[in-house]
Amino acid sequence: MTNAVNTDSPMADIRPRTLAEKVWDKHLVAKGENGTPDLIYIDLHLVHEVTSPQAFDGLRLAGRPVRRPDLTIATEDHNTPTLAIDRPIADLTSRTQIETLRRNCAEFGIRLHSLGDIEQGIVHVVGPQLGLTQPGITVVCGDSHTSTHGAFGAMALGIGTSEVEHVMATQTLPLKPFKTMAITVNGTLRPGVTAKDIILAVIARIGTGGGQGYVLEYRGSAIRALSMEGRMTICNMSIEAGARAGMVAPDATTYAYLEGRAHAPAGADWDDAVAYWDTLATDEGASFDAEVILDADTLEPFVTWGTNPGQGVSLSDTVPNPADIDDANERSAAERALEYMDLAAGTAMKDIHVDTVFLGSCTNSRVEDLRAAAEIIKGKSIADGVRMLVVPGSARVRIEAEAEGLDKIFLAFGAEWRFAGCSMCLGMNPDQLAPGERCASTSNRNFEGRQGKGGRTHLVSPLVAAATAIRGTLSSPWDLVQDGMLGHDAVPAVFVPAR
Amino acid sequence: MQKFTTVTGVAVPMRRSNVDTDQIIPAVFLKRVTKTGFEDALFYGWRQDPEFILNQPAYQSPKVLVVGADFGTGSSREHAVWALRDFGFDVVLSPRFGDIFRGNSGKQGLLAGQISEDDAETLWGILEANPGIELTVDLVACTASVGELTVSFEVDEYTRWRLLEGLDDIGLTLRDEARIAEFESHREPWRPRTLPARQVNL
Repeated sequence: MTNAVNTDSPMADIRPRTLAEKVWDKHLVAKGENGTPDLIYIDLHLVHEVTSPQAFDGLRLAGRPVRRPDLTIATEDHNTPTLAIDRPIADLTSRTQIETLRRNCAEFGIRLHSLGDIEQGIVHVVGPQLGLTQPGITVVCGDSHTSTHGAFGAMALGIGTSEVEHVMATQTLPLKPFKTMAITVNGTLRPGVTAKDIILAVIARIGTGGGQGYVLEYRGSAIRALSMEGRMTICNMSIEAGARAGMVAPDATTYAYLEGRAHAPAGADWDDAVAYWDTLATDEGASFDAEVILDADTLEPFVTWGTNPGQGVSLSDTVPNPADIDDANERSAAERALEYMDLAAGTAMKDIHVDTVFLGSCTNSRVEDLRAAAEIIKGKSIADGVRMLVVPGSARVRIEAEAEGLDKIFLAFGAEWRFAGCSMCLGMNPDQLAPGERCASTSNRNFEGRQGKGGRTHLVSPLVAAATAIRGTLSSPWDLVQDGMLGHDAVPAVFVPAR
Repeated sequence: MQKFTTVTGVAVPMRRSNVDTDQIIPAVFLKRVTKTGFEDALFYGWRQDPEFILNQPAYQSPKVLVVGADFGTGSSREHAVWALRDFGFDVVLSPRFGDIFRGNSGKQGLLAGQISEDDAETLWGILEANPGIELTVDLVACTASVGELTVSFEVDEYTRWRLLEGLDDIGLTLRDEARIAEFESHREPWRPRTLPARQVNL
């Protein structure tokens, strides 16, 4: 405990504080005065090929080094192919971008996990799997889904390329304090309902702008019951509600995930770290600037119908009628979305046919996600005319899944088993939807053209993705139970342990 | 960065809300390793439609975009700011911005001014009735004027000061270098380090 509070002011110890405020206070290098921002120290900087080349260029132009290569790590993920990774990347601009990252990392002394390395993969899967993402740290990355790392009780911020350069040069960021919002999810999720359904329901409730200026803290019994993978799924999509970050206070689940990982503290350091981590939870009596309460008991599988992640409904519901929307802007956005998605108001969500199922992305590509889907599809066949891509979040996840035999289950089902990367979440590599194609996707954004020009995306959980691949229409595991294709007891609860 | 005081130029009324950064610039254009030359990529999907507002003759050299709420949500890609800037825009006025987009704008000399929903509606009305009319944005007074109408906009005071002075963030922070070093000298030994790389023993 000797290290835990020595940079906090005595006052800060007395006033009840939230988790976010504690992490902020602990990283204060200089307090802002007269409207200037605070200067916040950054513990971990994650780098990938897309948002870094211009930042490295800026350093070169100014003759500046990377201040702390030992707090910086890079991986290749957005552009990387998921097939034939032993061959040169066919797309020349993608290849140039990857080669630029390799040159920059060599020049500036940055650790890089390249294609073919076991730790290569989506940057937000790699940080946690290495044990680098820890409670109470500040994490940044030139990627909005950096919010993922908040699942460990870290303050994790997506930043732009100018800020990437700023962190490289100074290991700090000038930031104005954020407001705090408690998202309390009470009760217990029913089997077949997952963390993904919680966060889609939260975004539908508060809207894509509802979290703007806030750090969200997810709390309540349903959050406590989630695995780290589930918490990462939730924090990952905080940005889709417009929030700067999402956080979950660390607990025994967090520590069990971290202990023994390559870069987790060990020995006496572990005890010191845990003693500090135990002080992070929001104090009794601390106040939030806003609060949202959700009931997990009544939550159903949730899916999107439109072109932003807030345009979602329960899977058992119908496509809403824009005419029923009061707000004129929301109404016209809904009209435009239905036109783009080629959907008619009143259509049952379960009647919507898909062409493609994508299981992957920083939201849902960890081994638990793959297990959950495999539980549903094992011994069955993919629906006629449907293709399914399974893209593990990292090379290590792929190997872990193969050790459990999950690859064989997916292949026997008729799915494609790919190499790790961001893949069809944003289609910067060849994994894209064709114009007009419709996809049930475990990713995080259903924006127009996100998965390929003219492509249509429905955001779903891994369980809904699996059931949809079997039936060819948006479905939950409970529909398979009704069809007599799945035993009542076979619908997985949230956490699917290793087989 | 150049100092920003006033801008006068053609204003584009874009009646759309929830314009995410994937619409401002699709991911396929993010493969470039340069910081300029993104004007062709701006609103790429929508520009395929001849009716799209930026394809209309009155809006060929615009400087100001007046757009609906939640502009620049989604991805953190700063390329969205570069594309707007490369196309010629100096100012975006909207009732609400995505947080990361607004931050990126301020660092690249693009003014993201927040206006009320009512003022957006009023501006759209005037601009649509007078296609190609020029609008003046004054960062000293925080106002936007067109014809007889003047509305005020909000911008974070620190961002405004940096834009007015044309200041570089990194240079400002490095004035505090001694405090950064002092902070680092207290950093606990168990906090994560990426180097030296450790073996995974799972």
